[in-house]
Amino acid sequence: MEQDFTITAFSENHIGLLNRITIIFTRRHLNIESLTVGESAIEGVHKFTIVVHTTQELVEKVVKQIEKLMEVLKCFYLTEDEVIHQEIALYKVKTEALTLSNKFESLIRNHNARILELTPTYTVIEKTGHKDETTRLFHELDEFGVLQFTRSGRIAITKSDKEHLTAYLKEIDKLMEN
Amino acid sequence: MTEKKTKAKMRITGSEAVIRSLMHENVDTIFGFPGGAIMPVYDALYDFRDKFNHVLVRHEQGAIHAAQGYARVTGKVGTVIVTSGPGATNLTTGLADAMIDSTPLVCISGQVSAALLGSDAFQETDVVGITMPITKWNIQVNAPEEIPDAIAKAYYIASSGRPGPVLIDIAKNAQFGELDYEYTRCNFIRSYRPEPPLEPSAIDAAANIINQAKKPFALIGQGILLGSAEKELQAFLEKADIPAAWTLLGLSALPTSHPLNMGMLGMHGNYAPNIKTNECDVLIAIGMRFDDRVTSDLKKYARQAKMIHLEIDPAEVNKNVKADVAVLGNVKDTLPLLTKKIKSAKHAEWIGEFRECSKVEFEKVIKHAVHPEKKGLTMGEVINLLTEKTNGEAILVTDVGQHQMMGARYFKFNQSRSIVTSGGLGTMGFGIPAALGAKIGRPDRTVIGIVGDGGFQMTMQELGTVYQTGAAVKIVLLNNNYLGMVRQWQELFFDKRYSFTELTNPDFMKLAEGFRIEATKVTERSELNASINKMLEHNGPFLLEVVVEKEGNVFPMVPTGAAVSEMILENKS
Repeated sequence: MEQDFTITAFSENHIGLLNRITIIFTRRHLNIESLTVGESAIEGVHKFTIVVHTTQELVEKVVKQIEKLMEVLKCFYLTEDEVIHQEIALYKVKTEALTLSNKFESLIRNHNARILELTPTYTVIEKTGHKDETTRLFHELDEFGVLQFTRSGRIAITKSDKEHLTAYLKEIDKLMEN
Repeated sequence: MTEKKTKAKMRITGSEAVIRSLMHENVDTIFGFPGGAIMPVYDALYDFRDKFNHVLVRHEQGAIHAAQGYARVTGKVGTVIVTSGPGATNLTTGLADAMIDSTPLVCISGQVSAALLGSDAFQETDVVGITMPITKWNIQVNAPEEIPDAIAKAYYIASSGRPGPVLIDIAKNAQFGELDYEYTRCNFIRSYRPEPPLEPSAIDAAANIINQAKKPFALIGQGILLGSAEKELQAFLEKADIPAAWTLLGLSALPTSHPLNMGMLGMHGNYAPNIKTNECDVLIAIGMRFDDRVTSDLKKYARQAKMIHLEIDPAEVNKNVKADVAVLGNVKDTLPLLTKKIKSAKHAEWIGEFRECSKVEFEKVIKHAVHPEKKGLTMGEVINLLTEKTNGEAILVTDVGQHQMMGARYFKFNQSRSIVTSGGLGTMGFGIPAALGAKIGRPDRTVIGIVGDGGFQMTMQELGTVYQTGAAVKIVLLNNNYLGMVRQWQELFFDKRYSFTELTNPDFMKLAEGFRIEATKVTERSELNASINKMLEHNGPFLLEVVVEKEGNVFPMVPTGAAVSEMILENKS
C-alpha cells in the first residue's frame, strides 16, 4: 500500500550531497513530493526533510541507501501519524480586487492567514498549514486573481521522545574516544 | 593541534603532495595515462619514478580494469591516474564495474583550473557529477592544501567496510599551487560506519536456527574473500557439516576439492546447488547480495527455508530476499562467533542428495563438455585442460560471456583470491586489462586470462601494455566467431534469429605478431595439449587462440523467469 512518508536525513554539509541523495530516488523512479534542506539545531549538521508517496518496503530500502552515503550521519522515515509537520505558502493578490470585495476579512480570519505586505498594487498573504489547507486558501483567493503563489517543502518534527540523531552522535563520540 | 604544528612541514606543490600521499598509503603500482590536466602530477611522478611501478596503458578503461585485477588478487587498493574530460569519462565503465563488484580503487583525475570550472573549458567535464552513482565516494579538490586529506580519506573509504571505488578530481591550480605538507592516515569519519556493530542476539538467533536445521545450505559470496575469512568459513562449515556453494564472485573462497563444496550457484551454476536451494530448510547466505542471476524468480526462491544473512552492508539486508535473521558485520568477525555457538552435526544423507544431483549433471552435461565425443573443440575441454595443467594453482581472469561461465564452472581452485571476473556489471572487454593487472599484482602466480573473440576486440589495444610491461599473462582466446552468449539466447529464446551476433574476425595471430606477443592457434583437438604446454612454458606473455565449435551452448541453465529449481540440463527443443 502506498502512503506518504517523511524521510529525515542528517548530514555533514558537503557539496554535491543533495545530488547523491536525489540520485537514490531517481534511480528507483520514485518522485520526491517535497524537499527541504537547511542547517539543523546542531551546528554544522544539515537536515533534509523529504516527502515521498510510496510503499513501506521501498521507503525502507531508500532510507538504507541514503544512510549508506558517506556524509550522511543518520536517516530514518516516519509515517504521517508519527510526525507534526508544517508548510508555509505565500500568495500575491491584486490589492484592488481585495478592496472591492467584502469577503476578504472573513477569508483571512477563517484561514488564520496574515498579511505580510500591502501596496497600492498588490498584497502578499502568508499562510502556514498542511498542503490541503494552503491549497484551499489558494482556490478561495482565486476569485481575486492570484498573481503569484509559492509553497515551501515540508518541515517536520517527530512525536516520539527519542532523539535519533543525539543518540547517534553520542555513540560516535564513544567510538572516537576508542 | 599544537602537536601537529611542532612537526616539520614541507612546502611542496600539490602535485608532489599527491605523489607523497600515495607513498604514505604504500601504493606501489599505478595504472595511468597522462594528459593536459594531470600533467603537473605526472611531472612530479617523474622524480619518484623508481618508487612506483607506473603501468602506461593504451586507454583509460584499460587502466581501471587493470587496477581492478590488481586489487582483486592482492587485496590492496588499485590506484589509477588519468586526465580530465575523456580521460575521466573513459573510467566510468570500470567505476560502475568496481562499484557493483565491491572492488577497492582510488582513481585520481585531473581537472581544469578552478577558475575555469563551469566554463566548458577544453577537456572539462563534470566528472564528480557523472561518477556520483558509480563511486562509493568522490570529491573535487580545488586547493592544494586539501590534497593530503582527500587522498587519506579516499584510501580509507575505498578499502574499509564494503569496499568500492573512490574518485578524486584535482583541479590543475591545486596541482600547481603549494601547501605545507603533512600526512595523517585516515581511520575515522564521523558520518561513516564501515562495519556495523556486532549484535550478540543475532548470533544467538542464527545459531538456534542452524542447530535445528536438518537440511542446512550455505551460500558463499565475495564477502569471504574481501574479509579474508576463508579459514573462518571452513571451520564454520565443517563444524556443522553444512554443504555450501559459491557465487561467481565467491569462487576460490573454499578449495574446489573441499568435500562440502557443491559448486556454483546461479543461472549457469551447478545443478545440485540450484535444485537444493528450494529444498533446504535453512539457507545461510555469507557475504553475498542475492543477485538476480543467483536467485532467478524471487517469488519462487527458497520460500520453504529459514533465511540467515551474514552481511557487512545493512542496505543489502532485505533488499532482494527477506532475512529471518540478519547478522550484520564483517564475516571475519561474525563467522567465528557463530561457529562457537553452533553444535557439531552430521548431514550425510542431505549431502548425499547433493551428490546425486551432481552425478546427474556429470552424466548429462559435464562429461560431454569436458570430454566431448564430437569433432569440434569445446570451451569446457580447453578450460579443463588448463586447470589440470596448472594443478588448480592458477589465477583465472575472464571476460564476459560463454567462456566466463565455462571458466567459472570448470576451473579448479586450491587457493583463495584466484578469480577475477566482471560479475555484477558483465563488462565485455574486462578480461585482457584485468589479467594484466592481476599478473602485475601477483607476478609469482600463473595468470590465465580467458576471453572470447567478442570481448577480446573491445580492449585488445592493451596487448600493447602487456608487451611494454612484459607481464607474463597467458591469454586464451576461445574463438567461436560469435557473440556466443547472445547467440545462445537467440537460439533458445528468439527462434534462432541470429541478429548481428556473427563476427567476421581479424587474423588474431597477425594481431599478436603486430603486438610482438608469442602466439599459437589451435584448430584441432590433437594440437591442444602441446599448445597449452607451450603457452605455460613460455617465459613471457602468450596468446593461445583456440577455435571452438561455433554453436556451443552453456548448460545447465536457469531460464529467465524460472525458479532456480527449474534449471534445465539440456536444450530439449
